[in-house]
Amino acid sequence: MIPAAFDYKRASSAAEAISLVGQYGDEAKFLAGGHSLLPLMKLRLAQPAMLIDIGRIKDLSYIKDDGDFIAIGALTRHMDVEKSALVLKEVPLLAHAAGQVGDAQVRHRGTIGGSLAHADSASDLPATTLALGATYVAQGPNGERLIAAADFYKGFLESTLQPDEMLTEIRVPKMNGAKWGFEKFNRRAQDWAIVGVAAWRSKDASGVALVNMGSTPILATSVSEALKSGASVADASEQAATEAEPQDDLNASSEYRVHLAKVLVRRALEKASA
Amino acid sequence: MKVSITVNDTKQEIDVEPRTLLVHFLRDQLQLTGTNVGCDTSSCGACTVHLDGEAVKSCTLLAVQADGGTVTTIEGLSKDGVMHPMQQAFMENHGLQCGYCTPGMVMASIGLLNENPNPTEEEVRLGLEGNLCRCTGYHNIVKSVLAAAQAK
Repeated sequence: MIPAAFDYKRASSAAEAISLVGQYGDEAKFLAGGHSLLPLMKLRLAQPAMLIDIGRIKDLSYIKDDGDFIAIGALTRHMDVEKSALVLKEVPLLAHAAGQVGDAQVRHRGTIGGSLAHADSASDLPATTLALGATYVAQGPNGERLIAAADFYKGFLESTLQPDEMLTEIRVPKMNGAKWGFEKFNRRAQDWAIVGVAAWRSKDASGVALVNMGSTPILATSVSEALKSGASVADASEQAATEAEPQDDLNASSEYRVHLAKVLVRRALEKASA
Repeated sequence: MKVSITVNDTKQEIDVEPRTLLVHFLRDQLQLTGTNVGCDTSSCGACTVHLDGEAVKSCTLLAVQADGGTVTTIEGLSKDGVMHPMQQAFMENHGLQCGYCTPGMVMASIGLLNENPNPTEEEVRLGLEGNLCRCTGYHNIVKSVLAAAQAK
């Protein structure tokens, strides 16, 4: 399968990329690692007339300690997040989740910003950064704005990112030793999750988010509220699907997904409470 | 657009359409047909080659993205008629049945040992999660990779 023809430009900086997308408008798409976009283009589910290659903007690939949070450049590859000593120490849940994306070959090319901007509820990193209360930095023609992960996801493959904006940085609060669990249920090793759960828990707070339990990643706030009011992990997990609107598909019915979410949230929280 | 890609130690400067996938650049323009197209959806790993020393799926990469880079394919592994230790290990341990997944398996396995020179059996199985063998010959493939790690 070969994508439909398109024109191709390379940007050497975020500013140049935004200026280029301003010229070409809705016809243009950013190409980072290409591991979400190119499969869609090969299936002709996406046919952008112009690809703006941002994959060579080296200064958007970094991982930095920024005080209360870890700042990750949008073009940082999954493999680099997975193996970063800083991420492993300060945000181990994110390092683990990055290592669950696709397979080694995919993680050599796919980027954190690309995965988040693609806004696929079946991907691991949107839900993981949502559970961790991350903030995304978007750059547009009028400068930068901060978008809380909780305000970013709008619908199926749809975010509040504007067509002339690009993600430049992901800010993930340090976990400060909070324990965590990540559960991913699928049939083949490198597949998307049929249902997945990213969860962390500290003395007085928790964050739980669900993968593939609706058209967006879902923050399971009822679970966190139940834990806060003293419920056991088993009881709190019964609330797993309260915020979710799971879909039926080839892999699982909506009812089965609800069942899976409860079981997987319990398992993740047991790890986060051990 | 003209791209310059070093493939198996030879610099190639060729005009490509931007939509040309790296795997078609290798197979159709350079006649390096050892790299196979399997699923064509970045699941099966049959198209695995190395780009700048790392295993990648060449069906999900544009040739223009590899511009300026260094690519190694299965054809580039043997030197002076001597097989690469990983190829030798696959041969000795019967790490193939029909052979279709083999070029990708070998390239992914070399990439795996580059990043983790002494993997456990479980790490080999996990490390090759991006490569599917439809003969389900995994047992001997894993044996081959472990043998190649030993032989190092």
